[in-house]
Amino acid sequence: MDVTVQEASTRTLSYSEAIREAMVLAMETDPTVILMGEDIGVYGGAFQVTLDLVDRFGPERVMDTPISELGGAGVAVGAALTGLKPIFEFQFSDFATLAMEQIVNQAAKLRYMLGGEASVPVVFRMPAGSGTGAAAQHSQSLEAWFGHVPGLKVIQPSTPEDAKGMLLAALADPDPVLVFEHKLLYKMKGEVPAGHYTTPIGKAAIRRAGSDLTIVAASIMVHRAIEAAEQLVTEGVSAEVIDLRSIRPIDHETILASVRKTGRLLIVYEGVKSYGIGAEISAMVAESDAFDFLDAPILRLGGAEAPIPYNPDLERAAVPQVDSILAAARRLANREV
Amino acid sequence: MSMTDNRPFAIRTYSPAQLKQALKRMYLIRRFEEGAEQSYMRGLIHGTMHLSIGQEASAVASCIELTDADKITSTHRGHGHCIAKGADVARMFAEFFGKETGYCHGRGGSMHIADVQTGNLGANGIVGGGLPIAVGAALSAKRLGREDVTLCFFGDGANNEGAFHEALNMAAIWKLPVVFICENNRYGMSTSVERSTAVRRISDRAAAYSMPGTTVDGNDFSAVAEAVHHAIARARAGDGPSLVENLTYRWRGHSKSDRNRYRTKEEIEEWMGRDPIVRFQAELVAHGILDEAEASAIADAAVSDVEQGIEFARGSAAPAIGEVTRYVYAEA
Repeated sequence: MDVTVQEASTRTLSYSEAIREAMVLAMETDPTVILMGEDIGVYGGAFQVTLDLVDRFGPERVMDTPISELGGAGVAVGAALTGLKPIFEFQFSDFATLAMEQIVNQAAKLRYMLGGEASVPVVFRMPAGSGTGAAAQHSQSLEAWFGHVPGLKVIQPSTPEDAKGMLLAALADPDPVLVFEHKLLYKMKGEVPAGHYTTPIGKAAIRRAGSDLTIVAASIMVHRAIEAAEQLVTEGVSAEVIDLRSIRPIDHETILASVRKTGRLLIVYEGVKSYGIGAEISAMVAESDAFDFLDAPILRLGGAEAPIPYNPDLERAAVPQVDSILAAARRLANREV
Repeated sequence: MSMTDNRPFAIRTYSPAQLKQALKRMYLIRRFEEGAEQSYMRGLIHGTMHLSIGQEASAVASCIELTDADKITSTHRGHGHCIAKGADVARMFAEFFGKETGYCHGRGGSMHIADVQTGNLGANGIVGGGLPIAVGAALSAKRLGREDVTLCFFGDGANNEGAFHEALNMAAIWKLPVVFICENNRYGMSTSVERSTAVRRISDRAAAYSMPGTTVDGNDFSAVAEAVHHAIARARAGDGPSLVENLTYRWRGHSKSDRNRYRTKEEIEEWMGRDPIVRFQAELVAHGILDEAEASAIADAAVSDVEQGIEFARGSAAPAIGEVTRYVYAEA
């Protein structure tokens, strides 16, 4: 099923407004949806995503939790197991490290360990990524960690439209879904359909068609890849940009079809390069028949093998930027086999 | 209840049928675990197991008032809780034997034994893992306007996990209908409570979370039932959580690989002298709830249920190998 738009009208909303709208719609239609997290009430959340929601739905449904990430995540898991649909907001995705036990050992495995006799329809929202000067413990991109865990679904919407549609899809999903929201995207504006619609989890989007090389990206890197692709046009190179949207499940078919078409693959992601999303995608391509269509080795462009540094120039250098994507794409496009 | 009724709480509170069923469940736990142990020795089942032999009163007395709508979360030593909540030993053995007919279709085994239909949300291989989950179940009950309570079983080892403190705090600030039941069997694997825990009584920690804390003889059925009864009443009245500490003892080692080098034979024998089943049965006989012949019949019925359960498990089909990834996600 593709995007279903019940009301045709669209408005311009920011990414955070789109997320908020999804939560309002869900809470208005489903009394079992509750929000939990640190400072999400009167304060409105560290990134103001839940602003005013406590006025609208009250503190019983917009619950400020103590600073107890493990316990709070676990309460959300237990509530999901017994009839509620909690959306638990981690103030920063980095703090999910404190709750790894509940996410990885409990939420992900309960359905399996109980032989399918129970569901854990919990949604974990996590502001992620660098670029805000918040340094090593507030800037990480940990999505690949969770992508490694069977039982979880992991999504990274890159546009306001997807942010709303994928969150509504996550809420309709009987399994635990982790939503990685890039902090630099919160203020980004875009057209967002009104009303209820869902953007399916596990389906990538081709954001820009091209014929010479494929750039697979996720989250904010999609926008940088598109900017790089637009510059490449002036150099006579046509790049196709795929927005991954979902880390687990991952859309093999869209990626493989593009690689068969272009013969060259660049994977761009903000997480640390090694053991990451790029390794997964390149191995997936290497194991498939699309390998035979490659005209050059696959190229990965990921984050530096370092924590995110404080110094702004170092911070910028630690993750792919438009110029580094452009350089990598040029190398790949010009590379002879 | 009359002011002059000096009989133990359980005797004067519960019906003879409830008390007899409780005795039967205590026997079932004992015989189930002995049967599991023997099956393991004979190579019929693999893996490991954590037996609760000696702790039967804690499980059964805690659960005596619960209905299927009430929830429990359990520990890695969870067979007793599962039976106390009303599970069928045949399906439990089937799970232990890794069979498709088991409660978890062979995916969970001993350490994840559960029976969602009777409100058992599952045993947990992570010490303290069930504590926040229990609070979440209680949150659901409160938000959805249900009357059910959640009993959260955990061991003495879990009282030093961060999850314990976070869970108790949240349950208290939100006044949730949950009862925390610490089965203090004196050892977290090999490390004694004295060496691991700064307070003398684990129930003392309740004060830090502004909830009542009680310590009782966990091998005294009536004492456990009374403490948990008051905690459940408080929870159902909307007054929030409580902590009940049941002082008990596991006769067996931590798991099948335990050589018992951290405790003495004398200590184990002393605790075996406080067998909760013997004590409860004697109490029932003393108060005329049943006679020796009925007691024997109850004990024999447990033996027979366990034998039939093992036969059912042995005769059940294994899961299809091709279904190794089934139940990871909901089926479309």
